[in-house]
Amino acid sequence: MEEIGALWLQRNDIWEIIRLSVFVSGSAVLISSLLGIPAGAWLGLTRFAGKALVLRITITLMALPPVLAGLIVYLLLSHSGPLGSWEILFTPTAMIIAQCLLVIPIIVGLCAAAIAGKENSIHEHALSLGATRAQAMRTVIGEARTGILAAVMTGFGRAFAEVGAVMMVGGNIKHFSRVLTTSIVLETRQGNFDIAIALGVILLILSFIVSSIALSSIQESI
Amino acid sequence: MNIFELSEVSKTYGNRTVLQVPRLQMEEQKIYAILGPNGAGKTTLLRILNLLETPDKGRISFQGGEIEYGRRRLEAARQMCMVFQKPVMFRSSVFANVAYGLKVRNVGRKKSEAIVREALEFVGMNHLADHPAHHLSGGEAQRVALARALVLKPRVLLLDEPTANLDPSSVQHIEEIIRRWHREYGSTIILVTHNLFQAKRMAQECLIMMDGRIIEKGATEQIFSQPREALTSQFLNGSMVY
Repeated sequence: MEEIGALWLQRNDIWEIIRLSVFVSGSAVLISSLLGIPAGAWLGLTRFAGKALVLRITITLMALPPVLAGLIVYLLLSHSGPLGSWEILFTPTAMIIAQCLLVIPIIVGLCAAAIAGKENSIHEHALSLGATRAQAMRTVIGEARTGILAAVMTGFGRAFAEVGAVMMVGGNIKHFSRVLTTSIVLETRQGNFDIAIALGVILLILSFIVSSIALSSIQESI
Repeated sequence: MNIFELSEVSKTYGNRTVLQVPRLQMEEQKIYAILGPNGAGKTTLLRILNLLETPDKGRISFQGGEIEYGRRRLEAARQMCMVFQKPVMFRSSVFANVAYGLKVRNVGRKKSEAIVREALEFVGMNHLADHPAHHLSGGEAQRVALARALVLKPRVLLLDEPTANLDPSSVQHIEEIIRRWHREYGSTIILVTHNLFQAKRMAQECLIMMDGRIIEKGATEQIFSQPREALTSQFLNGSMVY
């Protein structure tokens, strides 16, 4: 109760942190889905020379260490980096970019696997029923929706629980780039274990809410 | 009139030639059965006719016009439809499954409603219209697959072992639907089957295939009573070990 009381005292800060966490991870997952689902669909549906290599690289990137992703984004966005003129290092935008780097390979890889499993039979059935190639592809993607949703949720889990990359490129600046995970690190370092645990509980509850919503839509489609 | 004319068509996978058809003509409004042992090229021929596969060599004419494997492919493809051995049901209702082909042809909802109901009635599945299609039994799924094809009123109906793995009652039901359809609408029906009795019951003409070649083609009665080729005779009387 004590830690909840302490958090209540800082409730404005907490709401700000929760809002930013959801905004950063939500934006990263949205952008990653918009890019990753079509790319995964293309990878799952098409046959081309070097596909095995592309798949291997995608699977490798699915396990990209967050600190490495943070380092890459940091080097790109730092003043001396190629994108330094954008001046977005230590902002939520930089945090979204870093999370996209981590989430896109996950969505691409899992979507490709979900779609490849359905590709042959459904694609051929659709073509045989008079669908154009584009319509047949849309049908395959629709039929793989459970797997695609699972891919997006896995990506959300990765983004929402991520700390290393957002700490490096966001800077954990109070009232500006502080999110739940970076707050937990900060409170732990300061010895405020009760607050760190309470923040962890909030993180879990939010994850539970999001995954419950996603799960209910998966169950509807099963 | 010939619905299909094939000339010097061949298909190769790796080093293996799976289909080699120097010449084949198939007439409109007939029921054909394609028979032969496993690996004879029956399904490959059916897939090439359905434009799901492109032959490596040769020419195919459909209704007198040569098939082009580009944009105009769709025009020909939309006049035929295949029912697969293991039909895949889309994750939606039976009604939506049957309506799929109309939807991709941009047929309006009102118009398609009546046509879908008619097709479901034809195969005796109207009572399951709102049922999730992926929960159907094998026999029911095959009837929905037939309705999904018949709703499009295809000029050519291609059937790839449509009654394999079904119980005798379901087989009888499917055969009856196909016969009735042919009687009422006169589509050309090309049936791949391992069931010699089914071929005898259903087809007006039979094609016997072996090692990617059509070794004999003729009227069903002639093929079964007086086959010209020794291999056909061996295949039909079961003395061929393959």
